[in-house]
Amino acid sequence: MRKYLAIFRIRFANSLQYRTAALAGVATQFAWGFMEILAFLAFWRVNPRAFPMEFSQTVSYIWLQQAFLALFMMWFFEGEIFDAITRGGIAYELARPFDLYWRWFTQSAANRLAKTVLRCSPILLVAFLVPQPLKMSLPTSGLSFLLFLVSSFLSLGVVVAFSMLVYISTFYTLSPTGVRIISAVLADFLAGAIVPLPFFPEPFRTVAEALPFAAMQNMPLRIYSGNIGGVDALWGLGFQVFWLVTLIIIGRFTMGQALNKVVIQGG
Amino acid sequence: MKLYLKFFSMHLKSLMEYKVSFFLTTLGQFLVSFTALLGVWFMFERFHEVEGFTFSQVLLCLATVLLAFSLAECFGRGFDTFPRMISNGEFDRVLVRPRNEIFQVLASQLEFSRIGRMVQAIMVFAYALPRSGVIWTGDKILTLFLMVISGSIIFFCLFLIYAALSFFTIEGLEFMNIFTDGGREFGRYPFSIYGEEVLRILTYLIPLALFQYYPLLYLLDLETSKFYMFTPVLGLFFALPAYGLWRFGLGRYKSTGS
Repeated sequence: MRKYLAIFRIRFANSLQYRTAALAGVATQFAWGFMEILAFLAFWRVNPRAFPMEFSQTVSYIWLQQAFLALFMMWFFEGEIFDAITRGGIAYELARPFDLYWRWFTQSAANRLAKTVLRCSPILLVAFLVPQPLKMSLPTSGLSFLLFLVSSFLSLGVVVAFSMLVYISTFYTLSPTGVRIISAVLADFLAGAIVPLPFFPEPFRTVAEALPFAAMQNMPLRIYSGNIGGVDALWGLGFQVFWLVTLIIIGRFTMGQALNKVVIQGG
Repeated sequence: MKLYLKFFSMHLKSLMEYKVSFFLTTLGQFLVSFTALLGVWFMFERFHEVEGFTFSQVLLCLATVLLAFSLAECFGRGFDTFPRMISNGEFDRVLVRPRNEIFQVLASQLEFSRIGRMVQAIMVFAYALPRSGVIWTGDKILTLFLMVISGSIIFFCLFLIYAALSFFTIEGLEFMNIFTDGGREFGRYPFSIYGEEVLRILTYLIPLALFQYYPLLYLLDLETSKFYMFTPVLGLFFALPAYGLWRFGLGRYKSTGS
């Protein structure tokens, strides 16, 4: 456990170095969130009663989504891991006294967390300062904020566990680009990255809410805004734990299979 | 032009060596815009209209922007990797060759997988054109044509500005994404839905609305003045500052070495 913590610390410190890039990112994400909210506002004006969640909940959902982009969005992959598999660097990795699955898992989680730490606070700060109706609201209660934090960590786990499956698939395909885009796009859409899940018409909503992708950003963002509260929130956390464990078991099993007959790509 | 075609076929041939990868990437690009389309559909299932525009009218808008963007991206892709060209010194090699610099940067990379987006835009057009309620007379067809051409030139200029800015910063500026990728994403709805201020910025500063919103009004008979038909032509003036910035940056260029 200690050595994984060490990896986590090193990766975290390493990612913290890219501050200028983070600043440019902050400006982009802020503008992006702003436009998203304006679009939802236009629909809200058409028919406020058809809105499946409170408008303020939607606003909080979008600001949090932008602030925690690096934590929850599927499309942040580790180029390094793909390279290790396709260029043969994995030979060194296998010689090291680590369990490869957990090594990559901690590395991804640490990088995502560091990027988020750099980016989230300026976005959130501005989001709290802009005038109504664009202003982000505080969590409904201390308890829901606590649930939000727990849910965020579980969500990060699910996102990383799912991206591990994409890395593992590279052992078989050796050409990551296609699989990478396809899985990221589908996962993000079904996690509510483009349109929050409550906006999905039936039966799409019911189906999407049962899939593992609903255990990603969908859960923490809706818990924070108060869209999911009380007992439902606890059920939500259980749902996340279930998918986290399932994805890890699948990942460890398939990785074992892949490593049994791994071919080291030289060159 | 002949030389560009030669580069074109060169890139195509090298690509065909990796057919599966190409196919999957194209499919991925298709899905990127397809999920955006699904999102629009989901919203209209619930609300039926936005700012007075119906679903098929919005689709017309979405397809125009998508087609314009994918055309610009297919050819202007070299600008995207341009910051890397500067930082690894490869641009110095470009400067000593007896050809136009922009031409060489463009020819260095062509992105065929963007066909996924183009195919989608054409499919959406096929669905939306007959349903949008527009009677397709000669001037309406011309307007649509102007929208797509002007749109791709404006997106192309934005790519050029992105590249030109890296003369000063050496690395790519993520902020430009809000106008390129953002223009594509948010351009799926007529720009007026984002409110007056945004529309004003997108008219006078970054003229995306000139090829999207105003001519759309003419297409849908919401405005009958011929002026709205030709606003896309006005948008072409955006090429002047874009090219000016590129020339200015080029003049100040100092090599980074390698």
